[in-house]
Amino acid sequence: MSIASRTDLPVLLPFRLGRAEAPWRPNARHGAFLIAALTLSIGFAEAQAGPGDRSILATILTWTPLLAQGFALNIAMSFLAMAIGTVLGLPLGLGQVSLRAPVRGVSWFVTQFFRNSPWLVLLFYCMLLMPFEVRIGDTIVPLPGWLKSTIGLSLPVMANVAELVRGAVRSIPYGQWEASEAIAFTRMQTLRMVILPQCIKRMTPPWMNLYAILTVATPLTSVVGVSEAMTLTGDILSAEGRTELLVPLYLYLLTWFFLYCYPIARATLMLERRFQVR
Amino acid sequence: MTAWTPDQPLVRLTDVHKSFRGVVVLQRISFDVTKGEVVCVIGPSGAGKSTLLRCINALVPIERGSILVEGQEVNDPKLDKLALRRKVGMVFQQYNLFPHRTALQNVMMAPIHVLKRDRREVEAEARKLIRKVRLEGKEDAYPGELSGGQQQRIAIARSLAMNPDVMLFDEVTAALDPETVKEVLVTIRELAEEGMTCVIVTHEMGFAREVADEIYFTDGGLLVEHGPPKDFFANPRDPRTRQFLDQIL
Repeated sequence: MSIASRTDLPVLLPFRLGRAEAPWRPNARHGAFLIAALTLSIGFAEAQAGPGDRSILATILTWTPLLAQGFALNIAMSFLAMAIGTVLGLPLGLGQVSLRAPVRGVSWFVTQFFRNSPWLVLLFYCMLLMPFEVRIGDTIVPLPGWLKSTIGLSLPVMANVAELVRGAVRSIPYGQWEASEAIAFTRMQTLRMVILPQCIKRMTPPWMNLYAILTVATPLTSVVGVSEAMTLTGDILSAEGRTELLVPLYLYLLTWFFLYCYPIARATLMLERRFQVR
Repeated sequence: MTAWTPDQPLVRLTDVHKSFRGVVVLQRISFDVTKGEVVCVIGPSGAGKSTLLRCINALVPIERGSILVEGQEVNDPKLDKLALRRKVGMVFQQYNLFPHRTALQNVMMAPIHVLKRDRREVEAEARKLIRKVRLEGKEDAYPGELSGGQQQRIAIARSLAMNPDVMLFDEVTAALDPETVKEVLVTIRELAEEGMTCVIVTHEMGFAREVADEIYFTDGGLLVEHGPPKDFFANPRDPRTRQFLDQIL
């Protein structure tokens, strides 16, 4: 099986507002399982360790600062990709509800193209097609790998945000448009003052969900050689050269991601419930 | 085009035709509304009453015929729709208040953003309008916190804030509880008594009889019959009118 076909993330599925089936979210039980598995695997690994070897726990703790550095890069990439994706996705989504057919068509195509491309493929494209530096005027701006892959990740995010925007705008009752027209609002005024403010509330939970998905997708960049937490875990393993370390260390990394995404998932759920009541 | 003077009809429809995907909704509709007149349009559901109102403020384009509002042709591709809508207020069956804004903000939005008027001045007027529809104390309530009748009265205030020359009411009590219908009708009647020109689509026959200067009965997209309320209700001439009134009264 190729790697690309394994990146079939939920975010690639069509988005439905309203009574869509609840997306998978990490919950407290998953956390408990994870901690249990981590503890168990450390125990097993300790048992397998040869005499005179450093204890597994101590080894993991020694490497934790380095791992944290890598993880910080994951978070930074997720922030940046989310920001770029949102800034580009908003006009793209609005383009899909434009009154002008060409604008609508182009926006639709761009959205569908990036929404239905595997993330890893986009990542490779950005990595290989973008130059390693760009010249703006007289200054040469280097484009490091992590930046290029962040841009690569922001493309599918952009397309998914565009779909969120389109869905949210479409979900506002038509009467709101009519009432705005009747008090002589222009289309822009209607969007800015009536439609979008109501959309933000509806879009926030799925937007946060998308962010969580993006965050757990950032280790994809290890495939194209970015020194984020996943790459560093591999490096640590080859530096230690101890096979029994493999399972606990990857579980340890998994726990980091869980601890970061779990609160986001909880907050998303809370917001969804609150908005449903109103 | 000669300039419009107040002695001419404020709204004049001549031979208006409208169809949606081959289904004829309005045909050969002609009538005048003079300044200060209150016109009620009644008729069975699907008779095109709501569409008729939407044509007058260009929410729905017409295919043939002419609609003049203060001498301005509505059926004209070069029409300044925004200018037209400043003169024509409209209130909807479903209120359509903006749920993310308070009652006061709902009333203030159009004058501030469309007419670009001074915020403080607008606020004073908006508070006056809210008092006028008897909702003082509800200025800071969100639409979701108001009853249907209260929302509808805020919607009326929102339309009035643009200081329109004519008000269109599209079955404004159809979605309301029976006990709140009255408060909305009282508001509309007060407006009518103050000389506001109104075109009212309604199913409230008692109200229509009381408030209207002229009643129009539509069926199947046609204007079947019209007349002053006394004559209209006492001696309906057309059999369709009679049948309709028999069912309702």
